[in-house]
Amino acid sequence: MVKQVEQLDRVVIRFAGDSGDGMQLTGDRFTQETATFGNDLSTLPNFPAEIRAPAGTLPGVSSFQLHFADHAVLTPGDRPDVLVAMNPAALRANVADLRAGGILVVDSHDFTRRNLARAGYEHDPLEGDDLAAFQVHAIDLTGLATGAVEGFGLSRKDASRTKNMFALGLLSWMYGRPVEGTIEHVQNRFASKPDVAAANIASFRAGWAFGETTESFAVSYEVAPAPMPAGRYRNITGNLALAYGIVAAGQLSGLPVFLGAYPITPASDVLHELSRHKSFGVTTFQAEDEIAGVGAALGAAYGGHLAFSSTSGPGVALKSETIGLAVMLEVPLVVVDVQRGGPSTGLPTKTEQADLLQAMFGRNGEAPVPIVAPSSPADCFDAASEAARIAVTHRTPVMLLSDGYLANGSEPWRVPDVDALPRIDPRFADGPNTPEGFAPYARDPETLARPWAPPGVAGLEHRIGGIEKADLSGDISYDPENHDLMVRTRQAKVDAVAASIPPTEVDDPTGDARILMLGWGSTKGPIAAGVRLARAEGTPVAQAHVRHLNPLPPDLGDVLRRYERVVVPEMNLGQLALLLRARYLVDVRGYDKVRGMPFVSDELAQVIAEHALDLVRQDERTDSKERA
Amino acid sequence: MTSTDLPMPVLARDGLAGVPTTDAEQSRKEFASDQEVRWCPGCGDYAVLAAVQGFLPELGLRRENICFVSGIGCSSRFPYYLDTYGLHSIHGRAPAIATGLATARPDLSVWVVTGDGDALSIGGNHLVHALRRNVNLTILLFNNRIYGLTKGQYSPTSEIGLVTKSTPMGSVDTPFNPVSLALGAEATFVARTVDSDRKHLTAVLREAAAHRGASLVEIYQNCPIFNDGAFDAVKDADQREEAVIPLVHGEPIRFGAGGRHGVVRSASGGVEVVDVPDDADDAWLARLLVHDAHADDPTQAFALSRLTDAGHLQRAPIGIFRQVERPTYDDLTRQQVETAIGTSGPGDLQSLVDGPDTWTVG
Repeated sequence: MVKQVEQLDRVVIRFAGDSGDGMQLTGDRFTQETATFGNDLSTLPNFPAEIRAPAGTLPGVSSFQLHFADHAVLTPGDRPDVLVAMNPAALRANVADLRAGGILVVDSHDFTRRNLARAGYEHDPLEGDDLAAFQVHAIDLTGLATGAVEGFGLSRKDASRTKNMFALGLLSWMYGRPVEGTIEHVQNRFASKPDVAAANIASFRAGWAFGETTESFAVSYEVAPAPMPAGRYRNITGNLALAYGIVAAGQLSGLPVFLGAYPITPASDVLHELSRHKSFGVTTFQAEDEIAGVGAALGAAYGGHLAFSSTSGPGVALKSETIGLAVMLEVPLVVVDVQRGGPSTGLPTKTEQADLLQAMFGRNGEAPVPIVAPSSPADCFDAASEAARIAVTHRTPVMLLSDGYLANGSEPWRVPDVDALPRIDPRFADGPNTPEGFAPYARDPETLARPWAPPGVAGLEHRIGGIEKADLSGDISYDPENHDLMVRTRQAKVDAVAASIPPTEVDDPTGDARILMLGWGSTKGPIAAGVRLARAEGTPVAQAHVRHLNPLPPDLGDVLRRYERVVVPEMNLGQLALLLRARYLVDVRGYDKVRGMPFVSDELAQVIAEHALDLVRQDERTDSKERA
Repeated sequence: MTSTDLPMPVLARDGLAGVPTTDAEQSRKEFASDQEVRWCPGCGDYAVLAAVQGFLPELGLRRENICFVSGIGCSSRFPYYLDTYGLHSIHGRAPAIATGLATARPDLSVWVVTGDGDALSIGGNHLVHALRRNVNLTILLFNNRIYGLTKGQYSPTSEIGLVTKSTPMGSVDTPFNPVSLALGAEATFVARTVDSDRKHLTAVLREAAAHRGASLVEIYQNCPIFNDGAFDAVKDADQREEAVIPLVHGEPIRFGAGGRHGVVRSASGGVEVVDVPDDADDAWLARLLVHDAHADDPTQAFALSRLTDAGHLQRAPIGIFRQVERPTYDDLTRQQVETAIGTSGPGDLQSLVDGPDTWTVG
């Protein structure tokens, strides 16, 4: 049967099912196929904090959204064009997001009265007009998958569990995805259980064949590869890129890496990943608590290792005192905060940017630390080695602020040529630095960094600690003038990091924008998508993104003052806006949402439109005043 | 999950293996820093400092390969007074910081100096985990049964009823027995000594430093300002013979004038002090417990630790309770890194970032 092929420029697909249905795996595989095919893409997994909430209930629904296109993709997509729902709860939890006219693929197998009731449906939505706005394909995916794997000797339960592979096969046919990678992946994943591997592949192929041969799918779709700069690419999540960035920083500095960490969502994958790379001289220490995680990292840093401690917001709160000690000791240390919804336990699996002020000020005394924030999953690689560079060069703890959206989201990454990455020079102290001998708190005149002098070098024996230290000697000092000098010096040292920050890139293609959209961290993609929509509607708008939150880029004040209106969307209640207003006396406007989800481009386009309108009204008021 | 073959235990007396030594003659003076010592007159810490400064040259280690890490409290000022590397950290966290340092640097002799408040109250979690991991550290726990630096509040080792600034009607907290706690935390080396007994203190330090793994040394230390006389029973020349139960590996446990007391197994499964009759024959004497610090089973060491008075101290066992071999956390951790490098060669960054699933554009 020859089927029609329709060309599309972009598609957003959401896979939704029970936590145990393998939706994350299905999404990952579809993503990998899409990446291999050459589309640009962005993904957003969304799962509950509970490992296995009761089957068939709304709290147990797990989903994975993927946006792919023949052009540059900036976000995981506002609304899905295609929803794959594996049970009634998954349908109920997600169908409101599906755009009108969208494709709905539903596994009808579990639409029993009991399961419908469990999902809160009073009647079966597959019957009647509830879903009339969509192209509905209600198919017994579970039954078809079970039939396809008959003869592989699987139990009924195991056979039905291949339904996600059937769905993946069907969707892979619909969008012409390459399948070899998935087959190879399944073979490797179940290498020790060849019959399970064979059954999953059979179910996957059956799904493809079902699309190709049945009447219910008359059309398949084609999304052409996106033009991308030449190079070698892979798909990568933020946590994986961050872990690789840590490994790379070790290699680039020639230092052994030490990670001290305590398991915490959504940062644990950094610990898991680094634990696998011991052959790079990486030591991981799963500590008894957050405090010991950073304490051991500090001990390793004092001993000359490149030390990291990875955590999320609640862990940062516990590490604060040790970070303060690192400020006093002036040793290199990177604390990774993969932010999640707060306060307290908050929303462990959801994203937020509300730890900026904690990173900035969450310690006793004047305890400044540089702060770096990656802006996309792949950018976590560069941000991690940038944080390490600052820590080592300036002898200071550094906060690296990722978040749950970056951590679990993925995008294509142009793999760097590692030989071209900038080296990090640890420059250990190797002898006396003053005519009188070794002064542990004598400073580099440019960076104000003190020597890094791990134990083991004769003649440099010295004692340091958290008590205020005399300038130069580092001996205990309670002298008022000395304390004032040391507090100011530590601040000046962090301020001096600004000299190595590149100029702020402002995207203002027409040069006549009156509004600047300014963001930090993971909002870069959504803001860019909103800006793109606004421009398409004829509103000139500029965009800039802050990567170094402390110190801020030296040119940022000038950039802000160039625009009549500066709008800062943040997934908090205006933390960067507060800092900018205090620092530059610019009337920055916030746009704040804390829903545990990234911004959608539509709403940001709307925000831009409202500010544009407000500026026009302001002009009119000024004009009428002048006429009067 | 697959199991991993653990290597044979390294000899537990290899505590300083891997730390560079020197042939040069070292003196006590070389280990004294130029800092003025600022403890109260009469503080037991002076005696411990003198003993440590006097003992370190005996090890013959290069001075730059010794590091003292401390927490917060009177005793935690210790590192400032030694001309080695030193890190005066934050309250309770010294064992955690030292764990990182010892794991990162097998060429260092790492010492932790802590007190009863620092180690057992705010830092209790880190202490028990350092002990169970058996990190190669020598931990000196100065126990004065009081908070000194904050001027006299009761500590987690203070006796019930102790009247202090924060307990004007007497403390109602049950105290920790640090030796029992350490044994319960799977410690491989646990000892107790007394600040004023220089000879015994030095002998215990010698064994502790030689032990590969976490060595916990509880040092009874007098605070002359806030808890003076807390350990008089074991320090005072007139009382100590009756108060100190000496633990010597391989020896029957007997003390008091003329050895008139002994330790035997009790009906309850523990141990107890009994009087040795003047006419005790060999059969009777065979009932006396022979101290075995090397027993794999810590039960007897624990039972002995319970002979310590929890209230005002009248009697306490002194000596090495337990000294057994077990692989150390830091050795095993470094071995895993070496094994990984040995098996697959040093990691190649380019192939790591490339990963298995790449595609090429252009």
